[in-house]
Amino acid sequence: MTHNQTSAIVESPARWIRSRNRWTIFEILFWIATLAPLYFFPAYLNLASQVAITALFALSVDLVLGYAGIITLGHAMFFGLGAFTAGILSSRYGWGEPISGLLLGGMVAALAGYVTSFLIVRVQHLALIMVTLGLGLLTFELANSLRWLTGGTDGLTGISTWKIFGYFRFDLWGYTSYAYSLAVLFLGFLICRLVVSSSFGLALRGIRENVQRMPAIGSDYKWHLRKVYTISAAIAGIAGALLTQTTNTVTLEVLSFQRSADVVVMLILGGTGRLYGAIIGAVIFLVAKDQLAGINPQYWFLWIGILLMAVVLFMPKGILGGLSRLIRRED
Amino acid sequence: MALRIAAIVALGLSAAWTTGAMAQETVKVGLILPYSGPFADAAKQLEAGVTLYIQKHGDEVAGKKIELIRKDTGGPNADVARRLAQELVVRDQVDILAGFALTPEAVGVAEIATEAKKLTVLMNAATSSIIDLSPYMVRTSVTIPQVNYALGKWAVEEAGVKQAYTLVSDYGPGHDAESSFAKGFTEAGGTILGADRTPVANPDFSAYVQRVKDSNPEAVYIFVPGGAQPAAIGKALADRGLSPPDTKIFAQGELTHPEALESMGETARGVITTFHYTLERDDPLNKEFVDGYHAANNGRSPDLFSIGGYDGMHLIYEALKKTNGDASGDALIEAAKGMSWDSPRGPMSIDPETRDVVQTVYIREVQEVDGKLQNVVIHEIPEVKDPLHGAAK
Amino acid sequence: MINNIVIVLFDGFAFGMLLFVLSVGLTVTLGLMNFINLAHGAFGMVGGYVTVMLMRQYGVPFLLTLPLAFLGAALVSVVLERIFFRRLYRSGELNQVLFTIGLVFVAAAGATYFFGTGQQPIVLPSWLRGSVELFGIRFGVYRMFLIAVSLAITAVLFFTLERTRFGAKIRASVDNQKVAQALGLNVERIFAITFALGSGLAGLGGALAVEIVGLDPSFGFHFLVYVLIVVSVGGLGSIAGSFLGAALLGIGDVAGKYLVPELGSFLIYLLLVAILLVKPTGLLGKR
Repeated sequence: MTHNQTSAIVESPARWIRSRNRWTIFEILFWIATLAPLYFFPAYLNLASQVAITALFALSVDLVLGYAGIITLGHAMFFGLGAFTAGILSSRYGWGEPISGLLLGGMVAALAGYVTSFLIVRVQHLALIMVTLGLGLLTFELANSLRWLTGGTDGLTGISTWKIFGYFRFDLWGYTSYAYSLAVLFLGFLICRLVVSSSFGLALRGIRENVQRMPAIGSDYKWHLRKVYTISAAIAGIAGALLTQTTNTVTLEVLSFQRSADVVVMLILGGTGRLYGAIIGAVIFLVAKDQLAGINPQYWFLWIGILLMAVVLFMPKGILGGLSRLIRRED
Repeated sequence: MALRIAAIVALGLSAAWTTGAMAQETVKVGLILPYSGPFADAAKQLEAGVTLYIQKHGDEVAGKKIELIRKDTGGPNADVARRLAQELVVRDQVDILAGFALTPEAVGVAEIATEAKKLTVLMNAATSSIIDLSPYMVRTSVTIPQVNYALGKWAVEEAGVKQAYTLVSDYGPGHDAESSFAKGFTEAGGTILGADRTPVANPDFSAYVQRVKDSNPEAVYIFVPGGAQPAAIGKALADRGLSPPDTKIFAQGELTHPEALESMGETARGVITTFHYTLERDDPLNKEFVDGYHAANNGRSPDLFSIGGYDGMHLIYEALKKTNGDASGDALIEAAKGMSWDSPRGPMSIDPETRDVVQTVYIREVQEVDGKLQNVVIHEIPEVKDPLHGAAK
Repeated sequence: MINNIVIVLFDGFAFGMLLFVLSVGLTVTLGLMNFINLAHGAFGMVGGYVTVMLMRQYGVPFLLTLPLAFLGAALVSVVLERIFFRRLYRSGELNQVLFTIGLVFVAAAGATYFFGTGQQPIVLPSWLRGSVELFGIRFGVYRMFLIAVSLAITAVLFFTLERTRFGAKIRASVDNQKVAQALGLNVERIFAITFALGSGLAGLGGALAVEIVGLDPSFGFHFLVYVLIVVSVGGLGSIAGSFLGAALLGIGDVAGKYLVPELGSFLIYLLLVAILLVKPTGLLGKR
């Protein structure tokens, strides 16, 4: 940070925050580009829809991992809670209205996030990773044992999602799914952007950089952490509910360790702490996986593995970090 | 501007490509399987069965060329299976969906099968109820109740066992196995002394085996997924002195697959299993199948996945012959209903009402043949239907 | 009744020792060197395949394959350490996570290509099979063997790290690289050797585990969770802690399953979360 910047912050913190958060041309172009699949790749809309959902999930992880420094290997817990809430609502209670299902899925996940956040803030480093992992796996096992409710390993059948606003039917090509997922992703992104660019977001970064110093400057860091964890859980839950609604299926896999680990991998791949890294990571990981698996369904993970290793060696700040260095817009 | 032109060109090319493919006389079969991840072996064995059939019978049937398109679900992911089915239908324009090693894969695809009206061949997924999810589904593998209900009855009526303890994996298929064995067993007059469920990812069985030992039953019934667990639980039982002839051991066929038998060694002797396919069964069709499979797969033996894939392909070929190459879902499913044939596993047919598989259930015992332990068929129960369907309707 | 208590404790302890042999190598790489090595299971897989291939293809006796499994995994890791890992020591934990996960993917693909997707059974020598009866209780022979090997590993490691000159060098290098370097220690070499030691132990653990948990290309992923649990419960960098943690988890898991089988699949995770909330640094961890 140069001297000029520092003085700008001191003079008018609010204006400095605002100036940091102006929309750049790259961002606007990026969001316009997300509409491309609707016109140019209609055969890939179902994939695009799953990418958008995963990107939203990755965004939620970026909030806690990239901004608050909470490394989690159990975030599928919230994704899965949202997914099962939407699924159970439709399958067991016959309520398939999408928007309310989405909100309810987010609320259930947020509640779980709020409750577990009290445990999360007690621990750090490896213990923190392992507590998130343990809680995630406990939720998975719980869902497995509640077979009457969740359908167990066979998955939940009989989910039927109604038309969005009573008008847009989920079609075989995935036009509705993608448009819906993209809209929710965009809203989720706006919320995340708002969160990280607020003074609350700055406090979080402070916690990530130096947790000991935060209480000294009068910041209740535990409360900050609990708040961001709850927000993140809600977004993950919405992503999960979105997956249920666009596919009319839920299986235990939504809660699995693999899903927790994959999303962290995608996030680091794209670059942490920059929101767009989460989206880019999900796009690259899933599109690469789809294309490679199309070539050889048995060995695609070899190439994914090589991709991950190469990114670490050549772009240590993730793909987005590497790109922004390339175009000299290091922030 | 350049980008837009490029995109339009790409779109035009892909459209030309799809119409070109459609004009040809091909029948495309989309194979949806867990090619990667912990169930990769199931996918590999199932596909080997499919390709062996094609290799044997040529890739042309009823004047049409069969083309396989393989898709990886990575495991029991219903949502991924569903997306892959959608893509197969809209992007690759397949005529038939097939594969499905795991139940959630079939669950995910059901809605697509119905909406797109595509024949969907369940080559493994063994949960009884999934066949009801779409009228275009047909199953060429087995259902868990089919073999285990029969075993439960047989254990009382023929083997004279009066009480048993059940120990199953704590997931859908395990629960189905537990309830259908218990149903057959108690209906025939037996008593279940106790029932425990082991975690699906379970590296150690000692605690559960000790519980079985405490209740000192006449027989133990076991269901674990294939892979490493059969040998592990077999050895754990033997370590506690729970082994035939003192304590009878009943299980579904995975328990004594060739690798598990090798690993268990002597302790496997006398274990009784129930299955729809027996590798060692003395039958000319089976011998031809096994020899062909060995030759094509470096000496690896076929298993339940392989035979499900092989017979699934048979069903597709015969149905296409019947419809004279009409690959529409409605024509094919009609052709499949009531079809019967001689498979390497023995005689089998498709129930015209439920579209589910009807076949002989084999009760086998591990015995020594030519100095090697293997499964020997000791009893055959012909034309077994899925008992749950009979009960539901 | 007393017999049941004894056998459940024995089986639990033996299961704990299986967890211990699988994870002790990670206590070295993650615990001592602070390197987040999620490819630990992949090195275990290397050891497993070394043992399986030597036994099946060349008829090498089981006991003899164990040191070879150690060497095989150690060798592979030294090569990888020189080429890749040493660049990552200072590049942050997230990069270590991403890189080692990538490596597990590659290892799984390699194993599939060379050995196929199937299970690889081994046939133990007859003296390690079955069970022996003592005081009316049947003890599994292989379980006794596992316990003996684990005790030996613990003793040797404890002695090496705490009582020898080399151990002191490792601790010095890990605690403060710059000072250690200034004192004339060849930190690079010490790190390479320590890494090889950790991976070799992983290979040994993999080889010992084949008999109980089997071996296929997903081995590297499969036991990652268990291994991380043991290391975190034991406490970073403490061999004794890992031993204690593994024993506690093993006995807790088996005894719990025996008494309350309905909770079977929850137990190990409940123990994990409970222990870490009470003692975030693990049982004997200092950091």
